[in-house]
Amino acid sequence: MSEILTDETKKVLTAPLVNDNPITLQVLGICSALAVTSQMSTSLIMALALTLVTAFSSAAISSIRNHIPGSIRIIVQMTIIASLVIVVDQILKAFAYEISKQLSVFVGLIITNCIVMGRAEAYAMKNPPLESFMDGIGNGLGYSLILIIVAFFRETLGSGKLLGFEIFPLTKDGGWYDPNGLMLLPPSAFFIIGLIIWSVRQWKPNQVEKADFKILSISHGEGGHH
Amino acid sequence: MLKCEQFNKICSALDNCEHYQKFKVYKDKILALGNDSLEKTIAIAVALCLVCAVLVSFSAVALKPLQVHNKKLDMKKNILDVAGLLQEGSDIDSAFAEKIEAKIVNLETGDYVEDMNVAEYDQRKAAKDPALSIAIPKDKDIAHIRVKAKFAKVFLVKEAGAIKSIILPVSGYGLWSTLYGFLSVDPDGQTVQSINFYDQAETPGLGGEVVNPNWRALWKGKKVYSEASTDMSEPALSLIKGVVDSTKAGSQYQVDGLAGATLTSTGVSNLVKYWMSKEGFAPYLAKVRTDKGV
Repeated sequence: MSEILTDETKKVLTAPLVNDNPITLQVLGICSALAVTSQMSTSLIMALALTLVTAFSSAAISSIRNHIPGSIRIIVQMTIIASLVIVVDQILKAFAYEISKQLSVFVGLIITNCIVMGRAEAYAMKNPPLESFMDGIGNGLGYSLILIIVAFFRETLGSGKLLGFEIFPLTKDGGWYDPNGLMLLPPSAFFIIGLIIWSVRQWKPNQVEKADFKILSISHGEGGHH
Repeated sequence: MLKCEQFNKICSALDNCEHYQKFKVYKDKILALGNDSLEKTIAIAVALCLVCAVLVSFSAVALKPLQVHNKKLDMKKNILDVAGLLQEGSDIDSAFAEKIEAKIVNLETGDYVEDMNVAEYDQRKAAKDPALSIAIPKDKDIAHIRVKAKFAKVFLVKEAGAIKSIILPVSGYGLWSTLYGFLSVDPDGQTVQSINFYDQAETPGLGGEVVNPNWRALWKGKKVYSEASTDMSEPALSLIKGVVDSTKAGSQYQVDGLAGATLTSTGVSNLVKYWMSKEGFAPYLAKVRTDKGV
């Protein structure tokens, strides 16, 4: 193991978890993070599917990176990603039918997930296959981490359950917890992701983006002479 | 060792093959070209598409039997469930074969159709086939399904020769999706046993609660047709806003609406109304009532 885990691979594997997280820092892949996180089980499968697709597509693209013509490189990347996603979708339909029914279109939408494409273009086009594979795994794990946190809050607060097991007994079943319906709707994921981004940037202030421009204050009086 | 030998044989055969040699020379020539040359761009695009197409079609073809099996199993599971015969851990295939009998019904006349292959008939596919379906006039299309199959596939549970429950396929539009499900009724064609939906994409937690066992349990014992409708063709059963007050008159025709899902609730009301009316299964149920032995 120690031979595979060089400093570089270690870095690409762990950096996307917090320091360079695709969702909280790069703000990519938000759409699926909103859509599938109302339940933990769907989130876990989605996280696994995305991690595998990112890893294998990055490795595949990296292995032919020296021969990809610049004029069609995005199409080449998309073709590889789309093929892998279709394969994953077929496998889910064959071996995890219930989950694939719940995920419905969102597996197919991994094709358009910015994380996969972003890593292919930013990392895999310039680095060797093994590192690219690890980079894909790392970014997939970073995405998974956020998905799991969001799903944890949405499922427990929204339906009083976690992975289908009862956590808070609901009032309609004779318990005490009145579920928060908003948590089951996609906008709640926006609030939770927003709070996560805010807390990460409080913890690591260097992640706060620099302002593109500064708004000038009118009180300087420069405008008054015209 | 044997495999190694075979591999070597294949390799030497390839080395001797004229076309392979030509291909190799061409491949080397292409790879040596500049990345932006037209020839290489086209060659890479073609090669990539070939590899990806083989990968995708191989996985689709190889996994097809498993997927078809899953779909059929899921359908059977839902039918057993709505008949109240689903037991955890039991074999679905054998339970289905043992207890459920499928029949094809002509929706217009209400008669059984005997000259069709029951096992192979797929009502949802038939609804898309112009020869087997009819368009529903707009004013009658309360379930918003636009077309319906001429023949419906119903399922019967029999005990000692007598029908115990009739399972009817129903469908209709909710908020986001067409809901497909089954409604099971007593042989009187009037008392509901259960309802479930095997294919729907309503909002999880709100409209998606149509699959919640607690809500589905509310349907048991409800009546489809009101007493006033003597020929039993005007369904009265519907979902109401809020909780049904069981002390009030008419509560046997009411089911609690889904909280926060008005449009899905309306959709479910409408689809029950449509499929239990003259347009749907009313003629068939009338025949079941008159000659009990079917």
